[in-house]
Amino acid sequence: MTVQRRSLSKSKKLLIQNSVLYVVLTLASIVCILPLFWMISTSLKSGNVIFEVPPQWLPDGFHIENYGKALQDIPFMQYFLNSTIISVTRLVAEVFVSAFVAFGFAKFNFPGKNIWFLLLLSTIMLPSEVMLIPVFQMFTRLGWVNTFLPLTVPAFFGGQAVFIFLLRQFFMSQSDELMEAAMIDGANKFSVFVKIYLPISKPALITVAIFSFQGSWNDLMGPLIYLNDSKKFTLQLGLAMFNGMTKVEWGPLMAASVLTLIPVLVIFFAAQKYFVEGISFSGIKG
Amino acid sequence: MKKALSRNAGFFFVAPWVIGFIVFTVIPLFQALYLGFTDSNSITAPNFVGFQNYIDLFHDEDFLSSLSLTVWYAIFAVPLGIAASLSLAALLNCKIRGVYLFRTILYLPAVVSGVSIALLWRWILDKDMGLLNMLLARIGIQGPGWLSNPNWVLPSYILIALWGAGGGILTYLAGLQDVPRSLYEAADLDGAGWFEKFVKITVPMLTPVIFYNLIMGIVGAFRKFSDAYIIGGAGNQGRFYMVYLYQNAFNYFKMGYATAMAWILFLIILVLSLLVFKSSNLWVFYNAEIEKGKKKSKRAPHGKEGGLY
Repeated sequence: MTVQRRSLSKSKKLLIQNSVLYVVLTLASIVCILPLFWMISTSLKSGNVIFEVPPQWLPDGFHIENYGKALQDIPFMQYFLNSTIISVTRLVAEVFVSAFVAFGFAKFNFPGKNIWFLLLLSTIMLPSEVMLIPVFQMFTRLGWVNTFLPLTVPAFFGGQAVFIFLLRQFFMSQSDELMEAAMIDGANKFSVFVKIYLPISKPALITVAIFSFQGSWNDLMGPLIYLNDSKKFTLQLGLAMFNGMTKVEWGPLMAASVLTLIPVLVIFFAAQKYFVEGISFSGIKG
Repeated sequence: MKKALSRNAGFFFVAPWVIGFIVFTVIPLFQALYLGFTDSNSITAPNFVGFQNYIDLFHDEDFLSSLSLTVWYAIFAVPLGIAASLSLAALLNCKIRGVYLFRTILYLPAVVSGVSIALLWRWILDKDMGLLNMLLARIGIQGPGWLSNPNWVLPSYILIALWGAGGGILTYLAGLQDVPRSLYEAADLDGAGWFEKFVKITVPMLTPVIFYNLIMGIVGAFRKFSDAYIIGGAGNQGRFYMVYLYQNAFNYFKMGYATAMAWILFLIILVLSLLVFKSSNLWVFYNAEIEKGKKKSKRAPHGKEGGLY
């Protein structure tokens, strides 16, 4: 795959190779972009242009009224707020608590550590669907149905095993000397964790944060099961309700969809650099 | 002294997870085991029915059709997705101008997901007004009812899965960084073409990543819910396993029945994962094996210039 310029005779071959490469990558990129482009285009079209045959690639002017309609028809701001509350709470809890637990597994020895860690790993392979109904019944008994609690509280107890595993890998790769030096200076373990290890773990924490946010922002099943009151709906659930209508108004629906995607996209692009780093050391690569 | 201190400290750090593990995993797991043997419906008191739920499931047409759709989906979507993202990653590993832009674009479908994208696909795959059929009509092909014709539901879902397959790209790119450059240089000297290099160097060196993505892909296929719930397709023909499980539990309130389904799901995932694990020593190749093989020779330098990031 690496093409190195060795002699002039090779440069012609290189040119052909690169051209083919560009063509393939461009085609693949078009395939990736096209549906998203169509989404944005539809969201800006007036009602009759949407159903025009052959399809109009570009909207007939900018019909931002679709966006206005989306904001009104589904109480978009309310759902947006609900989604944000749930996702941000989960993000903060999952990032902090899983780092906390991962630190324990990475930097300390305590009785039963290996067994606990093995159990942690085994939960990665255990589909949460098996526990779905008993957990639902537990939250029902607690009277937590139709609140955000079933969606947020579990995050405070370690969140997802994968995150703990990923962060443990990261902490393992950091030297113990940092901790020993700080301990000599009289710092306690908790402040060593917060003041030394958390700051140097930024790429790993951001990776976990993106995964966490993507997961909770896009979660449909949780809100579908636990939230009944339409004032408490998340964006995903609100959009899903839209889907049930017999006559779908694609313009406003695509507008609402575009708006729903924006937070994830913004966070991804803002943190892309860390995210890519995060993947490469996480051990996910094998 | 240090050791005694760290004993308690260590447990202090892992305690939140241990509590969560007991409350949200261990206890529910035992309850689920029992629940699967009952006719629990959340209205009347549950009765113990033995293996009746499991027996009923295998006589339930809807269950069998959701299982078969999910299995066929996994059989096609997972390997095709791996092939697509692996090939794209190999192309993106070339040093050409604009590679960062391509990487971002190809990864984009993996970033966006959820109900919005499911709705978008419903719109694109619409029989009469969808973009895909309108494009096909332009080149003279009468497109099928992607989501309304039972025969086209599975291909539709595979298509959607392939579009989102770029998620694997980053993991493969990360893996490609660890492939010693010297291997390609040696292949160049032997006059190997790009295809030969891809099949004989890139793919074998990436098998650990492929292995990871294979397991994750299988698990993901069987747990597919959101877009399957939104898109549906051809009545019950487009009903995935998790959608049927959800309907049993929360629409029909057959909690015992749904729990039995969850256990079958668990067994399927477990058996498939074990098969992949067992087979892995036949095809997964760890870099360390080369290192072991040539203990004395120095490790091939990984030039930073080869890095993508």
